[in-house]
Amino acid sequence: MKPPAFAYRAPESLQEALSLLADHGDEAKVLAGGQSLIPLLSLRLARPTVLVDLARIPGMASISESDGWLVMGSMVREGHAERAPLVGRLAPLLSAALPFIGHPAIRSRGTVGGSLAHADPAAELPAVALATDAQLVATSAARGKRTLPAADFFRGFFETALETDEILTEIRLPPLSEGTGVCFQEVARRHGDFAMVGLAASVRLANGTIADAHLALTGVAPQPIRASEAELALIGASPTKAVFEEAGQLATRGLTPPSDLHGSSGYRTVVAQVLVRRALRVAALKAGADYEELDSGRGDLR
Amino acid sequence: MSLSAKGLSTDEIFQVELTVNGERREGAVEARKTLADFLREDLALTGTHLGCEHGVCGACTVLVDGEPARSCLMLAVQARGSAVLTIEGLAQKGELSSLQQSMWDNHSFQCGFCTPGFLMQITALLEQSPNPTEGEVREALSGNICRCTGYQSIVKGVMAAIASSNPKDVS
Repeated sequence: MKPPAFAYRAPESLQEALSLLADHGDEAKVLAGGQSLIPLLSLRLARPTVLVDLARIPGMASISESDGWLVMGSMVREGHAERAPLVGRLAPLLSAALPFIGHPAIRSRGTVGGSLAHADPAAELPAVALATDAQLVATSAARGKRTLPAADFFRGFFETALETDEILTEIRLPPLSEGTGVCFQEVARRHGDFAMVGLAASVRLANGTIADAHLALTGVAPQPIRASEAELALIGASPTKAVFEEAGQLATRGLTPPSDLHGSSGYRTVVAQVLVRRALRVAALKAGADYEELDSGRGDLR
Repeated sequence: MSLSAKGLSTDEIFQVELTVNGERREGAVEARKTLADFLREDLALTGTHLGCEHGVCGACTVLVDGEPARSCLMLAVQARGSAVLTIEGLAQKGELSSLQQSMWDNHSFQCGFCTPGFLMQITALLEQSPNPTEGEVREALSGNICRCTGYQSIVKGVMAAIASSNPKDVS
């Protein structure tokens, strides 16, 4: 369980890091928090020739607000984001998802950008980025900056739109509209494990009906996915148990989640349906839906 | 582009200077050496135990700049300039920390292999939040695996330490 030998640089400027990537292409790998990459090295599932450590580049771990957007450098540690009041205020869905990532000792090293760029199909943050319509800024030496909507960023199993000479440098989350409630839910075999199924949800209510709904599922496909059909069906509907039940069915239509020893495809499908129903209910209540109207108050929810 | 053309080499040796348990320490390592191996092999601090070596068991947990970190998931070169606290740094002048003493009193260990990781993780928790609930303690410990105790005695020891350092108001 020892990593293979690799060359290592910890540049003190972004330019230097980008030029290392430009020189070495797919032989190089970016090291952010290392909480996924280092086990991959130890298990020798990854064998990069050059490791480019971003931790010593100043300014890449800042959290700020710009016109109501939450702007984070990609090297913000997950534990730092979890405790940052600004994140809680501007991006409650991100705040809700962060405690589900691994364990405290993982979050104190793991980074927001690292999790997004790694794009594990069962990870929490890609679903949050997708559900919030986050913008991801990729920077390269040759082409400068480009901004990608999260919807274009996740391309497949551990695959993103990042080119081999690019670094994910910034994550921007748009402001929440008035009357929006959010909820993150997941089911895992053990606390801290990757989710079998996870869901990032937000619901906006206007005059008692659903004006907008975002649902992003993780663990059910090679990459996180938006349940667009369910989202469309929710718009204009009343926030009721029957509507949320229906949304769960729509969210999994056409999906074939993976099967493994932790759960079959059919099981994951049912879990996804249940999570959609639960998360929509919690989000709707947070958005101000009437508890009595929504259901009798009994049921399977906290 | 070849590595050597850019002055890079996979067997380059890096100087690592850091503070461990309040003392300045240094060593020379390959980039691939984990912090855990550096502590154990180069600094002879073998109290940090390696269970799984890929970030699952929590036995190798140390504090890096006050925050818990799995030393098998960190390279020694990443820790350059950091302040690291290991299990060897908990006892002061031969006297156990109150957490250590409380866990001793409550039989929180059996074989003891996982113990350093548990102690470091709880030390970090208590620094961030000195009076956690039992639920918070269990949550904080959820990333540490113990194969002997069944965890109850560990939680008991931690709760006793918390109770003794947060005496109830007797007004």
